This record gives sequence, structure tokens and C-alpha cells, in this order.
Amino acid sequence: MFKTGLTFDRAAMALLLFSAGLDAAQLPEDRADVMYHFYDGGGVEIDGPSILARKQIGNSASVSANYYVDMVTSASIDVVTTASGYAEQRTEKSIGVDYINGKTTLAASYTNSEESDFSANSAHFTISQDFFGDLSTLTIGYSRGWDDIGKSTDAEFSENADRQHYRLGLSQIVSKNWVVTGNLETISDEGLLNSPYRQVRYLSGEPRGYSFEDERYPNTRTSTAISVQSLYYLQHRAAVRNLYRYFSDDWDITAHTLELEYIYPVSEGWVYDIRYRYYRQNKAGFYSDLFASENAQNFLARDKELSTFTSHTIGFGLSYDLLRDGWKAIDRGSINFHFDYVFFDYDDFRDIRGSINSANPGLAGNESLYSFEASIFRVFYSIWF
Amino acid sequence: MKGAIFISLVILLSGGCSNLEPWVEPYQRANLADPIMRFSRHPVSDAYVHHVYQAREAARGAMGVVGGGCGCN
Repeated sequence: MFKTGLTFDRAAMALLLFSAGLDAAQLPEDRADVMYHFYDGGGVEIDGPSILARKQIGNSASVSANYYVDMVTSASIDVVTTASGYAEQRTEKSIGVDYINGKTTLAASYTNSEESDFSANSAHFTISQDFFGDLSTLTIGYSRGWDDIGKSTDAEFSENADRQHYRLGLSQIVSKNWVVTGNLETISDEGLLNSPYRQVRYLSGEPRGYSFEDERYPNTRTSTAISVQSLYYLQHRAAVRNLYRYFSDDWDITAHTLELEYIYPVSEGWVYDIRYRYYRQNKAGFYSDLFASENAQNFLARDKELSTFTSHTIGFGLSYDLLRDGWKAIDRGSINFHFDYVFFDYDDFRDIRGSINSANPGLAGNESLYSFEASIFRVFYSIWF
Repeated sequence: MKGAIFISLVILLSGGCSNLEPWVEPYQRANLADPIMRFSRHPVSDAYVHHVYQAREAARGAMGVVGGGCGCN
């Protein structure tokens, strides 16, 4: 009975695509999502809400809005070794509009992110075109960002950074069970690109063997990433998603990302998925865990995000369809629980918590390599109307 | 690599300039219309996870997510 009902629903959707897709692109579905997110790892705890709403206006337009908050309690390794723990809140608000005209979709959105020492504004534009019997969709996008950077310990500190993104994507129906999408994105930044708080260390005559100075990054950065993603339908009604991304930039960083996901409806209304993610990057050309001297080179970084490291993620998700027969204006709803566990292992970033207060200079550069695990948890309710 | 990508795109797009017909008819797309066949089934969750990784990794972009910046450096 379950499969018969589902077959009817999917056939109806296919008929809808047949009748509408030949003449017009499709607007995103009307929906609302309310989520609670929680991150715990490396001495950092972040939680908060994310609320997303989307509504069609007339026959050709759809508007969306998102409200997101990060409530941060940080005692990360960088913070505890060079500063002191802190609590912070970041609020992000976005609005967007999608407009369709025939087989063309235009999308624009604006995002604002505010915290006590950082303000980020960005605008995004995307054009999508369906063609070749709606088997193919070409997407071109551009984003522009403006960051205002302050410093909580210096009221006079004021810097900025600008960002530009150029995106190109192609989605292709390969067979009746297989969709493949490719994405290319180039990002260019200019301005203050390092943290005004983070410091690097260098060998010195201090009892512990090293001292600290402010990090110093280049004021430009250009990167390119290319990805291929595949979604394949299995005949027992399941799906397999694969993704590979290659990244490189002019800071000498290259990175590989691999994602594998298996999505499986187990019974009436229940869908679970299991996933694995692999990430590997090499260090930036101006990164070092311990420099030989003060002001050793033009650019200095000891940010572990620019070091050589590997991460592995395993995760699962559970979704249950509520209100499958609808209720008043609601067509359907689902409640969802997703959890991911991440292992971070650094090849050239050391844990200096054991040496920073010591009087043994021989420990400098010989501390154990840093690693940590993180939990990423979210529970959310989605409704379609 | 960029040349190979460009050539691949040209080959793919040139389908509109030839007699090649769509090989998957709309009435054959029932499986593709299944809700589990979405690259992003949960946009609010996917955007959040994308942000978590981007704030902790040097790599960025080409993940099909359009989002704003933050002071997460």
C-alpha cells in the first residue's frame, strides 16, 4: 500500500513536470523551517535558532527570509593560550526573491551578519536557465561582500575587507535515475583578511622558549573551487549522493573534499540517511607553527585553519513526515534530527597548552600535535504550504 | 584541467545545436521527482553545516550554497 501510494505521488509529480516544465521553470516550494543547532568541539560551544520562511507571490515570484543566531562560548586552544575565554553572539538576517520568466530563474538575496566586533553584508545574484528539454540547467552567479572589522580591545580599530564570488554551475539529468551537477566558483578577497586577535609564535629567549607577535596575512586572496556531485536513485527506493571538490588558492593551499551519503525511507513516513565526509588540506605558504625569529617573514600565520590537517565526519539523520494528509493551509510537515561527529587531526599545529607556562625551552616545537572532536547537532521542524 | 572542463561544457551545450533529442522524457522522470532525489533536502540544515565547515577550513565555494560572510576567522 505504501509503495502504491508513493508511485501515484511520484507519477503525479512527473506529470506536473511534463505539463509545466516544458514551458516554465519552477519556483521553490512554499515552506517554513524552524531549527535549533548546537556545536560542541575544541573548547567551543555554539548554539541558537535558525528560522527560514519562503512564500510564493503571484505566479512568478517567491520571497524568502532567514533569521539565524550563533550564541558562542569560546575557550578554544587559540583563546586559552593567548587570551581568555569569552561569550559572544552573532545574528544573521537574510532576505531573498526568486523570479521566473519562462525557463529562466532570477534570484537575488541580501545577508547581514552582526556581532560586537564584526559586521558583514553581502548581496547575491543568480541566473538559471533550463534547456535541452529541461534535462540541463545552467547557473551563473555573482556575490559581493563588505566586511567591517573592529576589535573589542581597541575602540579606534577599524578595518574592512571586500569579497567577490563568481559562480558557474551545470546540472544534468543523465538518466531516469541519475542527476549530476558541476560547480565552479572563484572567490577574490581584498582587505584585512586575518584575525585582529590571533598571534603567531617565534623562538626567543623566554623561559618557555618562544614569544608571540600579531599574525599578518596578505591583503588579497584569490581561490578557485570545482566540484562534481552525483545523485543516483536505487530501485528499492533509496538514493546515493556523492560529492568531490578540489580547491586551490594563491596562498598555496590545496584541499580535497569527499562526501558520501545514503538516503533510505525505511517505512511509512520515516527517512534516514547516513553520511561520511573526508577533508584534507595542506598549509598556506606563510603558515608555521613556530617561526625561527620575530618578524621572520613578510606574512605570518599560525591559524590552524591554514595548517595541514585532515578531518573525518560520520553522521546520520532521521526524518518523520507529519501531517501527510495536510492540515488546513499546511500540505505536509516533517520533524528532523541530524547529528554529525567530526574528527580533526592537525599535522603541523601543536598543542602549546603544556608548554606556554613552562620554564623548559626544550618543549618549544616538540609539543604534541593538536586534534579534537566536534559534535554537530540540529533538530528542526519543516512545513510546506 | 580548466581546458578539459571548458571543452566538456562546450560538448554538453552544443547539444542544442545538433539533432540530439532529450533522452529522458518527462513521463520517465518519476524517480527524479521523488523527494529523496534532492541535492538539498533540508536547506536550513545544509546551510548551517556548510557554515560550520567553512568557518574551520581554508577551502570555500562550489558547494552549491550561496551565503553571507561572518567574523568566523
